[in-house]
Amino acid sequence: MSAGRNLVEVFTKAPARSRTALLVLLAALLVLPLALDRYLLSVMILILYFAYVGQAWNIMMGFCGQLSIGHALFVGLGAYTAAALFQHFGVVPWIGMLAAVAVCVAMASVIGWLAFRFGIGGTYFALLTIAFAEFTRIGFDHFGWVGGSGGFFLRVVQQDRFDLLNLRGNPLMFYYLALGLAAFGFVVSAWLLRGRPGFYFRAIRDNEEAARAAGVDVFRYKMLAVQVSGGLTALAGVFFAFYYNNLFPEQIFGIGRSIEIILAPIIGGIGTLFGPILGAAVLTLASEGINEALSASGYEIPGVKQILYGLALGLAIMFMPHGIWPVIARRLGFGRGSDGDA
Amino acid sequence: MPIDAIANVVIGGLLTGLVYGLMALGLSVIYGVVRIVNFAHGEIMTLAMYAAVMAFALAGIDPLWMLLPVALGFFGLGYGLQRGLINPFIDRPEHSQFILLLALALVLVNLMLVVFGPDARNVQVDYALDSYLIGPLLIDKVRVICAVVALLACALLFAIFRYTAFGKAIRACADNLLGAQVVGLNVRHLYALTFGLGTACVGVAGCLLTLLVDVTPVSGPAYTLLAFVIVIIGGLGSMVGALAGGVLIGVSEAVAGLLITPSAKSMISFALLILVLAFRPQGLFSAR
Repeated sequence: MSAGRNLVEVFTKAPARSRTALLVLLAALLVLPLALDRYLLSVMILILYFAYVGQAWNIMMGFCGQLSIGHALFVGLGAYTAAALFQHFGVVPWIGMLAAVAVCVAMASVIGWLAFRFGIGGTYFALLTIAFAEFTRIGFDHFGWVGGSGGFFLRVVQQDRFDLLNLRGNPLMFYYLALGLAAFGFVVSAWLLRGRPGFYFRAIRDNEEAARAAGVDVFRYKMLAVQVSGGLTALAGVFFAFYYNNLFPEQIFGIGRSIEIILAPIIGGIGTLFGPILGAAVLTLASEGINEALSASGYEIPGVKQILYGLALGLAIMFMPHGIWPVIARRLGFGRGSDGDA
Repeated sequence: MPIDAIANVVIGGLLTGLVYGLMALGLSVIYGVVRIVNFAHGEIMTLAMYAAVMAFALAGIDPLWMLLPVALGFFGLGYGLQRGLINPFIDRPEHSQFILLLALALVLVNLMLVVFGPDARNVQVDYALDSYLIGPLLIDKVRVICAVVALLACALLFAIFRYTAFGKAIRACADNLLGAQVVGLNVRHLYALTFGLGTACVGVAGCLLTLLVDVTPVSGPAYTLLAFVIVIIGGLGSMVGALAGGVLIGVSEAVAGLLITPSAKSMISFALLILVLAFRPQGLFSAR
């Protein structure tokens, strides 16, 4: 398998229609900030952030069938690693990022090894991921070096200074960083799907026993899926830390955060390349729209938004179990809209 | 630390653990038969807690008198939920079921938030501070009452499954779904009855817990997780395991609260969960 050629083939072998659509979308996203005010820019950053973590999660669940409901663990570990290195030792985030990825890949390996050694899958695996995330959350609540439950704050410099090396800058810089992350996630996903790992992942997802019988090293490829997914999610954590400048264990490791991460790919279309991105856009815009509508109508009671969110989620899973993207992809003529699409 | 102080804490944890066990039993029964993981379990229990708390606040009804009405009401609720909402999802992939119940949980939590407000509420019965003095041990009266009621409820559930014709039919569905269908059992009805029984369990557990802890709308997810931890430790689908797991978690939480710090107590539970999943994934008390 030649990695380089595969990477090129991701684009050259994609249907012409999809390729054009993708390039148009990328170009549009590159010039979009010109037309946006500060608020809309922050919404776009949120969309791209969720598109990226959704894609990272999708590699593990959508491609390989391993359900994680504790992905906030990797966001949190990545965020705290890079932030602590920056704050305590002045390590620039581009180096800290590598440490964050290393920590998360190691954590993913521990979880994967514990689970897959005994063939723990499905519900049990999902609960194991929750247990690790919750265990770590409570641990960080009592971890004084990074502030404990009182939170960990990064030095904030004036926002108009543009310091790419230290990731200190204005929202526009973070927009392009988030766009870069989302595009990176897309390329990695497409590359994995097109290559040997992608076929092995899907074989494991669809029928683990058959995959094993066909000679797939099931343990090794499940580990790979978890490690890649965890490592990619670490980058989202680094972004989170430097964009928001404050970290609280409850807010970053909480199970609510883990659920937030997985909604976009599920609503958008699990196991597809474009589903997580579409889902992130739909959910973030819907959530902001509900906020606006509620504050305009004066019914700003805490909880109302979440009720609407819950209802939308329930209806979506009842009537569009495979997500929105496959439906749209078929309409637009992008093929089946699942697995091999680009 | 004096030994009798530790003994008091252990006994308190054990008694609370029996109520936890009843809550987890509901989850275990549902999973054992319907094979659905009820991700809204804790939220449903919070609903029962509010039923008891509001009955006390508005009409001064002791939560113990609410046990039967809540059990019946929640049986109906569980039956309806399974029949109307969950049944179409029986053959769907696990993540679909998970999202459906998550949506239900989200709606429940926030409905309670809108209706009851974010403040913690509790029940002040006049025997709340009574206790029994046995030798050097000081045991809270409410904890004893709760533990006894929880044990009775569990015994009743065991008896239903063991000795009634419909309990036998439910066990047949759990053991061999195809066989049960072949001999003409109405599986959909039996699934709904099971879901009703599980929900009634958690309803009773909720009423009892109001005597021991405060309730807020957002306490649901933590109880869902707690119930998961208990049934996994005991063995998912095992009835005895759920009860034993509840006691184990109740005691370990109480001891951890005493020896380390109360805020770290659930860390012990999750550590136990990780150890059990890693080394004995079928559960500590499962026969397999």
